[in-house]
Amino acid sequence: MASVFPNLTHRELTLADKLRGIRWDLIALITAIACIGFALLYSAANGNLYPWSERQMVRFALAFVPMVAVALIDIRYWFRAAYWIYGISLALIVAVDLRGIVGMGAQRWINLGVIELQPSEIMKIALVLALARYFHSRSGDEIRRFSTIFAPGLLIAVPVGLVLKQPDLGTAVMLVANGAALMFLAGIRLWIFAAGAAAAAAVAPLGWSMLRGYQKARLHTFLDPNTDPLGAGYHILQSKIALGSGGLFGKGFLMGTQTHLSFLPEKQTDFIFTILAEEFGLVGGLTLLALYMVVTGYGFAIALRSRSHFGRLLGLGLATNFFLYAFINTAMVIGLLPVVGVPLPLISYGGTAMVTVMLGFGLLMNVSIHRDVRISRLGESQVG
Amino acid sequence: MARETQRQKLLTRRAALIAGGQALLCAALVGRLYELQVVEKDRYTVLSNENRINLRLLVPPRGRIFDRFNVALADNHQNYRVVIVPEQTSSLAATLDALGTLIALTDADHRRVLREARFRHPFIPVEVRNNLSWDEMARIEVAIPELPGVSIEQGLLRYYPFGANASHVLGYVAAVSDKDLNGDPLLELPDFRIGKAGIEKSQDLKLRGTAGTSQVEINAYGRVVRELARVEGQPGEDVVASLDMATQNFAMQRCAAHQSVSSVVLDAATGDVLALVSSPSFDPMLFSTGLSQAVWHQLSTDPRHPLTNKATAGLYPPGSTFKPMTAMAALESGAITADTVINCPGYLKLGDATFHCWRKGGHGPLRVHDAIEQSCDVFFYETARRTGIDRIAAMARRFGFGRPLGLDIPGERGGLIPTREWKLAATGRPWEPGETLIAGIGQGSVLVTPLQLTTMVARLVTGRAVVPHLVRANGLMPEGGDPDPPVFARLGVSGEALEIVIGGMEAVVNNPHGTAYAERITDPDFAMGGKSGTSQVRRITEYEREHGLLKPQDVPWKDREHALFVAFAPISAPRYVCGVVVEHGGGGSDVAAPLVRDILYEVQQRDPGRRLPQPQKVAQQSPGTSPPAPPARPSPG
Repeated sequence: MASVFPNLTHRELTLADKLRGIRWDLIALITAIACIGFALLYSAANGNLYPWSERQMVRFALAFVPMVAVALIDIRYWFRAAYWIYGISLALIVAVDLRGIVGMGAQRWINLGVIELQPSEIMKIALVLALARYFHSRSGDEIRRFSTIFAPGLLIAVPVGLVLKQPDLGTAVMLVANGAALMFLAGIRLWIFAAGAAAAAAVAPLGWSMLRGYQKARLHTFLDPNTDPLGAGYHILQSKIALGSGGLFGKGFLMGTQTHLSFLPEKQTDFIFTILAEEFGLVGGLTLLALYMVVTGYGFAIALRSRSHFGRLLGLGLATNFFLYAFINTAMVIGLLPVVGVPLPLISYGGTAMVTVMLGFGLLMNVSIHRDVRISRLGESQVG
Repeated sequence: MARETQRQKLLTRRAALIAGGQALLCAALVGRLYELQVVEKDRYTVLSNENRINLRLLVPPRGRIFDRFNVALADNHQNYRVVIVPEQTSSLAATLDALGTLIALTDADHRRVLREARFRHPFIPVEVRNNLSWDEMARIEVAIPELPGVSIEQGLLRYYPFGANASHVLGYVAAVSDKDLNGDPLLELPDFRIGKAGIEKSQDLKLRGTAGTSQVEINAYGRVVRELARVEGQPGEDVVASLDMATQNFAMQRCAAHQSVSSVVLDAATGDVLALVSSPSFDPMLFSTGLSQAVWHQLSTDPRHPLTNKATAGLYPPGSTFKPMTAMAALESGAITADTVINCPGYLKLGDATFHCWRKGGHGPLRVHDAIEQSCDVFFYETARRTGIDRIAAMARRFGFGRPLGLDIPGERGGLIPTREWKLAATGRPWEPGETLIAGIGQGSVLVTPLQLTTMVARLVTGRAVVPHLVRANGLMPEGGDPDPPVFARLGVSGEALEIVIGGMEAVVNNPHGTAYAERITDPDFAMGGKSGTSQVRRITEYEREHGLLKPQDVPWKDREHALFVAFAPISAPRYVCGVVVEHGGGGSDVAAPLVRDILYEVQQRDPGRRLPQPQKVAQQSPGTSPPAPPARPSPG
């Protein structure tokens, strides 16, 4: 048996096994999406590599190293480190609140000397790790108990509260959505979700009163962009004109008059989808969405092939996280969701989001490489 | 294992549900994109292309600057200029050449336009030339059909009615430079000007106002079809400067008699800067309209530094005008009293070194009052030696020296009050006792600005930490003076010490032995007290000690002494203070004191701290109330 199915033997994976397990098809997809990003950043700078495109290329190339490193480290190590990573991310968020530098009006960055780190981005992955580990160690009976929701609920609520204080509505929404998805996947009973949704609706007015002025303005704007076309609604209106005038095939690369015409600040970051949709039209937009869906689908396929519950939850959580980035950003740009700060993954200009997304893919490949590694309920190693 | 299988089954089922949910969400995205880009394409294309909606920023008119009596110092004038929208031309360079046949364009203009076009959005008009004459405008208007992208715009030009007279206070506005761009589209507009110096800079955000927007429909050729909506911006707020422009003009005109002068007039009660002169000056309009290379070169290489505000950024050894500080430190610390007598034989020996008095034969025995009156150097050498540099430095800092006073325009410098720590840190060598003596008469490393000197006098006569300011928080001056003038903290020095020093300064001008008796104001209601100073720029050589000083005209201008004079008036209730520094002017009492006398007489006549001006009277004022100056005599230190 051992000689026929070498991957199923009761032995540890060698480095060569692991390198063979790297999903080159996934890497090709990621690179394709990133290349679309480089082109859009080139266009955003009126046809210049400087200042955004070239730096983004360097970041993408550099992010490959930690991605592969993360993929090769044994999955049981990640299992054991899951809570630690979560704890450190949480501590970093607190640190940002205490002494973070103020960027873009919100306290979100912490300067590590080499790079400016946005711990709330790291938390998106840390939360998936922590929840995957938690549910891995719960039996089916335990999961059916109502009390089982408290610990994961707290794991989600604490960083969400901190992130809301910063204030970073986008990250908070992503953490809640991804956390709820993982609880759902883990088998938490459906009526609890229904009750949760009802409770959320009940406290919504309270939440409204806690929002910052500009956040309220964005929500008002979302509900009726025409009320203030020159103020808060300006972004969304300009963005819609850019999209609409792009039509089916777009105006052509570097020809997006509207994108350049409208004074869209941050067009290289959160609103970069408008450039794609204006210059390449519906076809361009759908192509990118299709690529995102394919990548998400890969993530699901990888996750479901894993033999450990931890691996499955981790893979599904990471894939969902990636999907949420893409969905929330696109939806807000085309006016389906209020404007919250979520970047378009692999495309928007920015360092931490790029690193986080790439680390996420590293972990996803890790799940793929270690799909046959079993992990006991308490995390002791077990192969086979 | 069965449980494990069950758990996996549940997970797979729920994963499928999640995937389905994601597919639905994605379908919503696709549907919305389809709606926008296919169903509503025509509508948005119309909005975008053929009749695209363009949001134009309406430049807010810049706030004006007035003096305390509502005289406009900086205003806005109509101005016509020619602009090019780069994306509407087939070739920017060719269009520029064609324009060059109609109006005069320099090579520098060419290069600037091409450079600006590269750094800005191609739809943003780039200014080619400003300030067009009617003639030039007509020539361009006729040719406009052959010049796509070229248009004439009307705008506001910053105008300074008093030209160069207050340019160092007001500053100037100029085109936004690349390093000023911060993403605010207002700053990218071609006719936008921001403050680059003086009040224009320090109050820029207030003067700037906020942009309005105009939503206009534009046809395929970029012409405005109609305006759809308009939100008026907020015009910039007006600013009231503390200046009294009549006093400023007078001081400026009076100072123009010398090569390089700075002068400050303060209302000691309120800290209002009534006049601030740095002469020669420059025409701020030069920066509004764009400066030619030649003019710029001339201004920036002139040894008299017309672009520098010497009143706030010029650093000079204060010379004898610093002696009140040495006296204050000595009196306050008990090193001397009002009755301490020190003999001046004309020199003082300390170790191997000999320190000379400006009067070769010496002053004989003196008390502090007489020493200030006659500006005896030996008295202050000895007093400084007894007091010590640390106490003198501490006193000087209390009176505003050694660091910027915080005047509300940029560029103010702090000067230098040397201390032991400073010397060690700056040179690595310990403090020499002789340096205390030199510092005690305001020479050596001591460096001050004319503003600091003037503020020192304001603090001496009020006993309070007067802080000068150029922008009036209370707005225009009401009749009868400010109802709630700023209250400055007490300096915490004894009233007796202040009285002794002020008494000495009164004697400087009003006692026949005083160094500036010749320049006194004879009208008793307006009499002033003051202190002269002549600060060395180079060492006096032994040869000169032997054979007498060289005559000023025999010394190169750059090596001549600085003439300083600071004064307050009226003696009965000091209100106005004035300081003058004539760079390389010669003796303080001969050269600087007459300027101070005339300015203080003028400002007291006007009394801008209390009264609204009465123009018919002011126009006939002449300063000629003091007797003619006696023949030149040795210049007191």
